[in-house]
Amino acid sequence: MDFLRPSTLDEALAMKAEFPDAVPIAGGTDVMVELNFDVRRPPALLDLGLVTELSGWTRENGHVRLGATVPYTRIVTELGDVLPGLAMAARTVGSPQIRNRGTVGGNLGSASPAGDAHPPLVAVGADIEVASTRGSRTVPAREFFTAPKKSALEPDELIVAIQVPEAAGPQQFAKVGTRNAMVIAVCSFAVTLDVAGKGVGTGIGSAGPTPLRALEAERFAAAELPWGSGEPLQENIVRAFGELVGAAARPIDDVRGTAAYRRHALSVLARRTLGWAWRSVPQEVAK
Amino acid sequence: MRVNVEVNGEQRTADDVWPGESLLYVLRERLGLPGAKNACEQGECGSCTVYLDGTPVCACLVAAGQVEGRSVRTVEGLGSAEELDPVQDAFVRTGAVQCGFCTPGLVVAAHDLVHRKPDASDAEIREALAGNLCRCTGYEKILDAVRMAAVAVKEQRS
Ligand SMILES: Cc1cc2nc3c(=O)[nH]c(=O)nc-3n(C[C@H](O)[C@H](O)[C@H](O)COP(=O)(O)OP(=O)(O)OC[C@H]3O[C@@H](n4cnc5c(N)ncnc54)[C@H](O)[C@@H]3O)c2cc1C
Ligand code: FES
Ligand code: FES
Repeated sequence: MDFLRPSTLDEALAMKAEFPDAVPIAGGTDVMVELNFDVRRPPALLDLGLVTELSGWTRENGHVRLGATVPYTRIVTELGDVLPGLAMAARTVGSPQIRNRGTVGGNLGSASPAGDAHPPLVAVGADIEVASTRGSRTVPAREFFTAPKKSALEPDELIVAIQVPEAAGPQQFAKVGTRNAMVIAVCSFAVTLDVAGKGVGTGIGSAGPTPLRALEAERFAAAELPWGSGEPLQENIVRAFGELVGAAARPIDDVRGTAAYRRHALSVLARRTLGWAWRSVPQEVAK
Repeated sequence: MRVNVEVNGEQRTADDVWPGESLLYVLRERLGLPGAKNACEQGECGSCTVYLDGTPVCACLVAAGQVEGRSVRTVEGLGSAEELDPVQDAFVRTGAVQCGFCTPGLVVAAHDLVHRKPDASDAEIREALAGNLCRCTGYEKILDAVRMAAVAVKEQRS
């Protein structure tokens, strides 16, 4: 097994083009588990740790360009204000040690339906920037996932950055699990409100072959929320929103929960998160 | 492959490293530092916690080659048998050590917390130690130890 250590993005892309079987390693929190248990024995590891183009974030015209290898801990401490939904999800990942190493690029690379970064990225309509020696392209987060643990990423491509629109209103994320730390979600849900644009975004995690969007629920809420009124939410709207979210899921029975439980729990998460989000709509905007 | 890494302030070299092996394996099996423990090899238990460039990580999830040129601090680098670090001392005094298997990782995680945030609330202490499992103590004595160590660190500072 080879250990490749590029120090620039160009070098990394050249190596990935030459050795498409080389497995990129960022925080290693997924890759190393597989190596330690001999689940995978790749011909080479491609360490992204020295590639500074991947390890920072910038704010550009209304979105954050988040480098693929920025660890969760930095998202929590540095981006909680502009990307509250992603930061909330980041705070629920694993443990402090896992958050100090794990990255959104790695979460996307693994493309697990349970990845906690995915629902907020889907809800807010983020774009994934990927590159190879052939050039770069962006893939909407909503189209990035193709099947469980499969994505639109080509074998010679690397994830470079995630372009996440800055929050246009309150965002929430919630996840169901057996304890607060170290939990792979039984199901999870992210909601975003665009207060000026009267829009609602949703992302469902761990209740389908890929992260999903609850389109009907989004349309319903966008039309029915009492935008600009400063009024509390009516119970029937919240309830219908929850049901539409539950209906949009495509869950299965597995060791972590049954399909029926997931649908039910998602409805509850959707009701609660919408309520929390609505309550924190700034009143001066709402009136 | 060869890996050069600063460990506990000393420049060390490990030879014949398999590129897929972990920092934990390098520390324990190649550099003779058995402090960090191997209990799960999947990031779940925290007993392998070490500082990597000042940040607590699970050594079992860092590839050996990723630490080339970087700096690692293990529980062995916190204090010595003659002069315990205040965190180690607090663990001993409060009875936070039973079988001791989780202790090295917890000491590093607690060391990080009390230096980063000596005024941490109980909730913050629990959160900071959520990645470290202990099968013996029931955690109460560990919380006592962290509170005691935090007081010691604050006294050192003032
Ligand atoms: C104890 C434990 C608890 C966990 N808890 C959670 C949790 O609560 N929620 C959650 O979502 N996940 C959890 N995980 C899984 C893991 O931490 C996350 O998926 C994390 O985001 C992976 O990031 P990483 O940088 O460590 O990825 P790595 O392990 O380095 O890589 C993961 C995959 O992505 C690929 N990859 C990495 N970076 C790139 C890139 N830039 N371009 C292309 N491919 C790339 C790698 O080749 C690999 O296939 C947990 C893992 C452990 C060990
Ligand atoms: S041995 Fe590394 S976390 Fe358990
Ligand atoms: S003292 Fe035995 S596991 Fe913690």
